[in-house]
Amino acid sequence: MSLPVAKLEEEKLLELYRKMVLIRRFEEKASELRQAGFIPGFLHPYIGQEAVAVGTCAALEASDVITSTHRGHGHMLARGADPKRMYAELYGRQDGYNRAKGGSLHMIDTELGFLGANGIVGGGIPLATGAALQLKLKGSKGVAVSFFGDGATNQGSFHESLNLASLWKLPVIFVCENNLYGEFTPQDKHQPIRDIARRADSYAMTGVIADGNDALDMLRVTSEAAGRARSGEGPTLVEAKTYRHRGHYEGDMGRYRSAHEVEEWMAKDPILNLETELLQDSRVAQQDLDGIRNDIEEQLDAAAAFAEGSPHPDPGEALEDVFAGPNGASSA
Amino acid sequence: MTTMTYAQAIREGLDEAMAADNEVFLIGEDIGEAGGVFGVTKGLWSKYENRVLDTPISEEALVGAAAGAALLGGRPVAEIMFSDFSTLAMDMLVNQAAKTSYMTGGRLTCPITVRMVTGTAGATAAQHSQSLEAWFTHTPGLKCVAPSTPADAKALIRTAIQDADPVLFFEHKMLYNLKGEVPAELDDLPLGKGKVVRSGSDVTIVSYLKTLHEAVRAADHLERDGISAEVFDPRSLVPFDRDGLGASLERTGRLVIAHEAPTTNGFGAEIAAIASESFWDLLKGPIVRVCGRDTPVPYAPELEGFVLPDAQRITQSVQEMMKQEVARA
Repeated sequence: MSLPVAKLEEEKLLELYRKMVLIRRFEEKASELRQAGFIPGFLHPYIGQEAVAVGTCAALEASDVITSTHRGHGHMLARGADPKRMYAELYGRQDGYNRAKGGSLHMIDTELGFLGANGIVGGGIPLATGAALQLKLKGSKGVAVSFFGDGATNQGSFHESLNLASLWKLPVIFVCENNLYGEFTPQDKHQPIRDIARRADSYAMTGVIADGNDALDMLRVTSEAAGRARSGEGPTLVEAKTYRHRGHYEGDMGRYRSAHEVEEWMAKDPILNLETELLQDSRVAQQDLDGIRNDIEEQLDAAAAFAEGSPHPDPGEALEDVFAGPNGASSA
Repeated sequence: MTTMTYAQAIREGLDEAMAADNEVFLIGEDIGEAGGVFGVTKGLWSKYENRVLDTPISEEALVGAAAGAALLGGRPVAEIMFSDFSTLAMDMLVNQAAKTSYMTGGRLTCPITVRMVTGTAGATAAQHSQSLEAWFTHTPGLKCVAPSTPADAKALIRTAIQDADPVLFFEHKMLYNLKGEVPAELDDLPLGKGKVVRSGSDVTIVSYLKTLHEAVRAADHLERDGISAEVFDPRSLVPFDRDGLGASLERTGRLVIAHEAPTTNGFGAEIAAIASESFWDLLKGPIVRVCGRDTPVPYAPELEGFVLPDAQRITQSVQEMMKQEVARA
């Protein structure tokens, strides 16, 4: 059960809505910009899963940190990242978050505690566990959140990290976005269980199933998990049941999914759901929502223009940053 | 000056680093109360209990935990009990830690130190004896250190921990009981500074870790034959002391490279390439490698002895090199 809408202030509800629409439109526009030749690399659109990132991040504090995945734009925007610098990174320009060295798969914003998207399935899970260890060693009340997909729960990194995190009662929340596919392979062909939250039992950890298409349910579940983490009760495995509307990556037509299945999930669109709920409650008028959408269009147009105007990197910059410290060069 | 073993020297270096910086912690398997399989961390757990962390046998999780902590300012030192087990942590080392600085445009760093317990301990066979340093020297973003004496081990573990980048610290098992003098006030030693451990004028033997000591013994034998061998210890492989190598070749004009790791694509191949690219004019003849043979490390002592280079093989290779030069002349 999600939080009753009535319990949240209007402003907060609209902020959830705004972030979800921002993610949706950021991704749709990125797809167009890639097709138009502005973005050279891969994109793994987050469309359809917006409620997971937005609901989860709404429950976090500024001192918390996040590790993300190959499908990371949504997590980053939900945390408050700047679309200008994100598009600049996708364009491969100097003003990008990673100075054009990372692209979609490696984007970070250290000021937001966003420790990075990750090109390796399951790669962020041990890092979040280590970040939680550091938070605990320093006596911070911070929590680490690791997002990953259903596919990642078959990696050793997932099992090793859950075991360690539970053993040491680390303040970490493992958020599995079960979108029913590991790349092109349906869940019933990649693991013998349906409810990934059950895997928490093996590690004596709380496992919770949440509606990943309901931002309010994600907010509730994450608030509870964060409360446990902050009070020293250790980690939680949250399984968010959700669906990606598009293929695994931009260009994947998703022919391995039935039209019926896609339709069923389209009807559960997390943004439409929230919109309907907001309007039914009649605390929000259609024109408020339209206003939000218009602002986002303007913001994203400006972001794309900023990216286009940002300078290309100098080829020589490719030799910088291999090492952070002195004595880096192994050869002249 | 105090005489201590290589293992004690590393322990002292760790102890000093932990005393100096609260962010330094140790993480690994059986390193706590047990003091580590080779006893390197003995006594540190009782001194810094909550900063010496025993983990499950989960190499990916323990290196990942170190790397994740380092992203938030920690200075972890992870121990890989046998460097062979680093295969299980490869993603964290190669895809995560090594690339953090680069792929974030320098906006995030991952200053971990990973102690890699390396080489044969005698009949330790194929999965507990490997010398894998070349894998990591081939990954931009990792620094690779290979100290051969107690004093260097102590100085370099301190440097490694302070370094802003991920550093793999290769320790040879058969050196743990090697004794040497360590100054009470040990100077800081930067990475990338090699050392001439024995001067000579006819040939430079570049070597490190246990094989360095074989090279010194070989140089003693060769001296009796009237061949003056210089032995050069690079001390770190990344960064590598090219200038030190060049200066030695200026004196000798001949180069032999000896290491325990297999010959093909070993770090010796890189040293040979550096010498031929940068110091060709100094070389009087072909470069010779005296390295592990291209096999896994076998179990029986006579098999292991055949595969791994020792003083005798280095001596013979240098003698052969000199003979062939005379024949060519």
